[in-house]
Amino acid sequence: MYQLYGKIGESMGILTFTGQVLKNLVSKPVTTSYPEKPAVYPERSRGHIEIDIDECISCGLCTRGCPPRCLKVNKVEGTWTINRFDCIACGYCVQRCPKKCLHIVPGYQKPGPAKQETVYKKSPEVMAAEAAKRAEIAKKAAAAKKAREEALAKKKAEAAKKAAEEKQEIQ
Amino acid sequence: MGKKSIVPFGPQHPVLPEPIHLDLVLEDEIVTNVIPSIGFIHRGLESLTEKKDYFEMVYVAERTCGICSFGHGMGYCEAVEEVMDVEIPDRAKYLRTIWMELSRLHSHLLWLGLLADGFGFESLFYQSWRIRERILDLIELTTGGRVIFSVNKVGGVLKDITPDMLKHILTELDQVEADVRVIEHTFLFDYSVQSRLKGVGVLSRKQVHMLGAVGPFARASGINIDMRSLGYEAYGDLDFEPIVSSDGDSYARCEVRIHEIYQSIDIIRQAISKIPEGELSVSVKGNVKGEHFVRIEQPRGEAIYYVKGTGKLYLDRLRIRTPTFANLPALVEMLKGCNYADVPILILTIDPCISCTER
Repeated sequence: MYQLYGKIGESMGILTFTGQVLKNLVSKPVTTSYPEKPAVYPERSRGHIEIDIDECISCGLCTRGCPPRCLKVNKVEGTWTINRFDCIACGYCVQRCPKKCLHIVPGYQKPGPAKQETVYKKSPEVMAAEAAKRAEIAKKAAAAKKAREEALAKKKAEAAKKAAEEKQEIQ
Repeated sequence: MGKKSIVPFGPQHPVLPEPIHLDLVLEDEIVTNVIPSIGFIHRGLESLTEKKDYFEMVYVAERTCGICSFGHGMGYCEAVEEVMDVEIPDRAKYLRTIWMELSRLHSHLLWLGLLADGFGFESLFYQSWRIRERILDLIELTTGGRVIFSVNKVGGVLKDITPDMLKHILTELDQVEADVRVIEHTFLFDYSVQSRLKGVGVLSRKQVHMLGAVGPFARASGINIDMRSLGYEAYGDLDFEPIVSSDGDSYARCEVRIHEIYQSIDIIRQAISKIPEGELSVSVKGNVKGEHFVRIEQPRGEAIYYVKGTGKLYLDRLRIRTPTFANLPALVEMLKGCNYADVPILILTIDPCISCTER
């Protein structure tokens, strides 16, 4: 029926949209009643950044490559901080992360009255393991330093001894 | 001789959602002179090159404009790749072409809706945007963003379009084409629509040429200028002819854009049928040293990207010339002699984007 109305209208050069209007009237709505009915996002949807904080090595590459500078990394405290209200969900930090512990996942940031930061902190076990690893590295470094210093002192002593011997020979 | 008066138009106006201010000098209901003023939303985007390295600048460049975001990112990447002598993989070229044409489709459908809204045809406006929604869904499916794509990088693209997605794009485009055929008839043959568009805002070929207009606006006046003919990305491998009309009025501008929708659909189909397998990007090392400028065809017309680097991580200069910047002198000329009631429609026919003009 609506096609007939449309054809009549088109032939006259007037009411050319009548057919479509009538079709729309008898069709189901195109829109959904969001937010009562949740939106369905595709798998690739760039909603927000998530982090596997225990995988993070706090290298800070993400902070240096963030266009709006919304990321902060504290290696000592083991925290990774994001200001989601400044984040533009470009995914550049995800590209740069050497440990691939950053992910961009569907679901947009909810609005809020202030720009709040979200802080992620490493678990005590990971912190303890990292501290132990750092202590071990420091111990190794100290031992290496000591060995270097001893070698240097030995070298200096030998050089002084050699110089004294040469001086004695000349006299 | 009628009474002269000056009517300020914009930067806030119910019909025109673009922050341009025009002082219209009227003689009775006829516009005799136009004094434009812009600069309300300058963002200093180009000076951000001092703070963001040339990899980060991709994300800044694509935020020049909400509608042509992909083209801005692509144009910038292309300019940097030219300076650094980087040849991107063929698959990346085809993917960029597909996304660029999806971007053109959504821009033109948005414009058709705004035009319908401009002359008060609300149901046609919603119908156009309803069709556009399918394109936005395709963009979201393939890139993850509905407006800002963020898939370009210096050296290629970040994401692939899987065979399933390509198939889905083809199915959706068939539906889009069928839907556009319905609204095309109303835009081009409806009596009331014709009465608002035909013979309104006529610019001759010579005038448009002298004033340096670009894009569909220039093509509607008979100038065969389409930067895609330069063959950048995969356009060189695809078969298409610029769409040109000779009438030079608002109706011709509408007609050109509607036919460009079909052309874009055809280009995407060709690109999907020819897309080669392969890598998505090549690794880029070193810094930008030298200068280059590229021209690409954005949905609104020719855009220019000039990049200059001195071997540092940060660029020395980035200059973007957007299509609306080139079309503004022709707009001012077009408004002279028109009826006051036609001013919003005439401004809309250049498809203005003042936000990207002011960067």
